[in-house]
Amino acid sequence: MTKPGGTAPGDGDEALEVMLGRLLQAGVLVAAAVVAAGGLYLLLARGGAKSAYATFVGAEAPLRSVGGILSEAFALRAGGIVQTGLLILIATPVLRVAFSLFGFARQRDWLYVLLTLIVLTVLTAGLSGWQP
Amino acid sequence: MSYVVLASFLCAGSIVAGFLGALTGLGGGVVIIPLMTLALGIDIRYAIGASLISVIATSSGAAAAYVREGFTNIRIGMFLEVATTLGAVAGAVIAGHVSTAVIAVIFGLVLFSSGLQTFRATHDIAGAAVSSPAAVRLRLPGHYPEGGGWQAYGVTGVGPGFALMVVAGGLSGLLGIGSGAVKVLAMDRIMRIPFKVSTTTSNFMIGVTAAASAGIYVGRGYVVPELAMPVMLGVLGGSLLGSRVLVVAHSRILRRVFAWVIIILALEMIYNGLAGKL
Repeated sequence: MTKPGGTAPGDGDEALEVMLGRLLQAGVLVAAAVVAAGGLYLLLARGGAKSAYATFVGAEAPLRSVGGILSEAFALRAGGIVQTGLLILIATPVLRVAFSLFGFARQRDWLYVLLTLIVLTVLTAGLSGWQP
Repeated sequence: MSYVVLASFLCAGSIVAGFLGALTGLGGGVVIIPLMTLALGIDIRYAIGASLISVIATSSGAAAAYVREGFTNIRIGMFLEVATTLGAVAGAVIAGHVSTAVIAVIFGLVLFSSGLQTFRATHDIAGAAVSSPAAVRLRLPGHYPEGGGWQAYGVTGVGPGFALMVVAGGLSGLLGIGSGAVKVLAMDRIMRIPFKVSTTTSNFMIGVTAAASAGIYVGRGYVVPELAMPVMLGVLGGSLLGSRVLVVAHSRILRRVFAWVIIILALEMIYNGLAGKL
């Protein structure tokens, strides 16, 4: 069963759609695996400790930036590994948008290339931790 | 409470939330925040951070399946993501400047209205018969699979739909939820997109919308590994289970029960917010 094409605008996207679906699935699975591995380590390392989250202190400083998170993960600290998994998870939909850019460019759909670039710019601004 | 006990509670609660969220189509995030704040006494900023992460996980996980089935309209999704991501960044920035009590009350109101919305009869309106010129220029109209063939649909109300999507994105960024209810409202009621297309496309957009504000929340320290880990894994596992049994279970009664739970949680959030306890 293929989508009707030709006269109908907005179609001919099946290959792109299948690829985007696979990408999303793979991203979530990898992220979940990394978070689970880090989580197990976290439980072993800190499972017995008292936990208090009633007052807001916030994550430790290194766990708030991409650079800090990765260096914590390379140092094999549990928190860093979990946060790395979360970064992979956050990156998954962003990658999906980036891939759409190629898909729309291949179809020479410049309007949607432009719209995708706008979304990517906003996402990059958000992810860079930009704050007014 | 030791961390291992807290993590177990969080994980179990998140599995149930993800399961019910997928089964009822209301999403798991909406009950995670009340669970964490009201039941476990966790600061709402940590709850928002963990919920936002779980929203990305469930959206991406479910979107993968829907996209393959051909219901998702990736052009409508991309066009409206311009609105939701801008709104989400704005919402996350605003969240840093208002008190947690205000956020709790807004959260309660949004929760309350999405609970009420559940009681509206579900319907499957045919798409707009005639597309507006703006929709045609944006190439939004499409086809969805039906009965072995393809059903064409039109799209209208592009301007108002886009505006409401900015609001949906703003609420997502402010409260750490998917705000799927508002997204479906904009696409279903205003843009006259068929229900199946609007729900799956909305779900497709939720992950990107949440990702837009997630970076800001990580930067502010709202996302802590100790809490995000059990919530993300629990909600993801629960929602995968929920989407498996979706085909089998008769979810009408469950949907009603869940809606009542949401309404009660909403009232508690509003009360606690007004009383300054959150």
